[in-house]
Amino acid sequence: MQAYLTLTRRELASFFVSLTGYVIIAAAVFLMGLSFVDMLVQSQGTATPVPVTQLWYSTIYFWGILLLAAPVITMRLFALEKYSGTFETLMTTPVSDLQVVLAKFTAAMIFYMSMWVPSLICSLVLRQYMTHPETFDAGLMGSTFLGIFLLGGLFMSLGCFASALTKSQIVAAMISLTIGISLFFVGLLSGSLSATAGWEAELVSHVALTDHMNDFARGLVDTRHVVFYVSVTFLFLFLTLRVVESRRWK
Amino acid sequence: MRILSCYLPATSGTARVAGFDVFTEADEVRRRIGYMPENNPLYQDMRVREYLKFRARLKGLSWKRSRERLDTVIEQCGLGDVSRKIIGQLSKGYRQRVGLADALVHEPELIILDEPTIGLDPNQMRSVRQLIKDLSRNHTVLISTHILPEVEMTCTRVLILHAGRILAADTPDNLQKIMTSNSQVIAEIAAPRDELQTCWEEIAEIAYSDMSPAEGKFIRCALTPRDGIDVRPLIFSVVRERGWVLRELTRSRHTLEDIYVRVTRPDEEEEI
Repeated sequence: MQAYLTLTRRELASFFVSLTGYVIIAAAVFLMGLSFVDMLVQSQGTATPVPVTQLWYSTIYFWGILLLAAPVITMRLFALEKYSGTFETLMTTPVSDLQVVLAKFTAAMIFYMSMWVPSLICSLVLRQYMTHPETFDAGLMGSTFLGIFLLGGLFMSLGCFASALTKSQIVAAMISLTIGISLFFVGLLSGSLSATAGWEAELVSHVALTDHMNDFARGLVDTRHVVFYVSVTFLFLFLTLRVVESRRWK
Repeated sequence: MRILSCYLPATSGTARVAGFDVFTEADEVRRRIGYMPENNPLYQDMRVREYLKFRARLKGLSWKRSRERLDTVIEQCGLGDVSRKIIGQLSKGYRQRVGLADALVHEPELIILDEPTIGLDPNQMRSVRQLIKDLSRNHTVLISTHILPEVEMTCTRVLILHAGRILAADTPDNLQKIMTSNSQVIAEIAAPRDELQTCWEEIAEIAYSDMSPAEGKFIRCALTPRDGIDVRPLIFSVVRERGWVLRELTRSRHTLEDIYVRVTRPDEEEEI
């Protein structure tokens, strides 16, 4: 436990002490601000039948930032350590592979969630000027952020996995970007497939990230989605662990 | 080195550290060793003290204990002046000391150092070597290096590994002895060449002789003794009997380098 906490602290410190963490946050905040303004201008101050969170968190505004930021946050986790050789000093201390994987994942998650805090502030500002603020309650925000959190688990564990595979941060970023965007595209497919009933449509609807997030942003917490994200996160973390262990396979 | 430090598994054979198998009981072994890999990788963005504290905590030291040990190793490795500096801005010599401090922060039984002085300037090399020597009083230190004079200076036991096999294992002095038993004796004598030739042929202890003219009237004789006998007293008495002039009489000393070359490439011995 001590090793896990120490490692998580060090990983978090490497985000927040160095410039890279702030660059990522600054970029994300900039894009969030831009999309916020864009969203407000597009809505023209007219009333919308759907919650504001759905307008913002289930559209390209949200997905653009998520898909872009996730690989950048995670690419250095293992790849940089392998490249600089510190992975060797790390793995020769009495820490288990599981502790290392979990610590890196935890730190990435904390960083990821703190990246979204500014958007929460934007939402609160918006609420201040809404004609019906009662429609924009804590439950809606909670479910939206639960969606963000679960998606983050998937993307951060995917990034961990990609980063563990290689020494090169760029390769790691490309792998997680490719898998992440592929998942996103599959989600887009579901719209056109839903008309045809069949096992393809069934399958696609289960992995349709965009649809899932749409539900969360509407304030709808579907346990199927929760189970899906938690299990995929575990799958990627398990794969990461196997990759890290693989150096000791005979 | 990487096998002993439990980073990679052995492709064949087993290794034990302090009685624990490095593969099946890796955790126990890791607790007992301090390892500094080649090129000494460190987190460039951390401060010296912060880094050592992180490492101490990672190695399971309690909060209080890690503080005590930190003060000790910073003092021991002469890092007091730079303890608040960022590692990326330190010179190579200081970084090497940070690596050493890290290796010994948890008071391991065995310290494994892979090429500890590589890339250092001579002054830094000396101070790192001195540090290693100091450490060897309280810890077992295992270093790997290609700089053989360093071995002669710092080590009390030498293992020569080649292609994964131990070819020689002894103290440097003993290795020296084994080698010198067959080594040549060089004598520079002022005497007629043919007389010298017959003289060497008559002495049974000399297996082989080779002569080349040196400056002046002197002839340089390289004499290979039989069965490791020291022929120097014999040569001296011969020279005295005949009334020749002897200018030099030495037994060629083998450096570890020669030993290394001989041990690792036995086939080419004849050619040398």
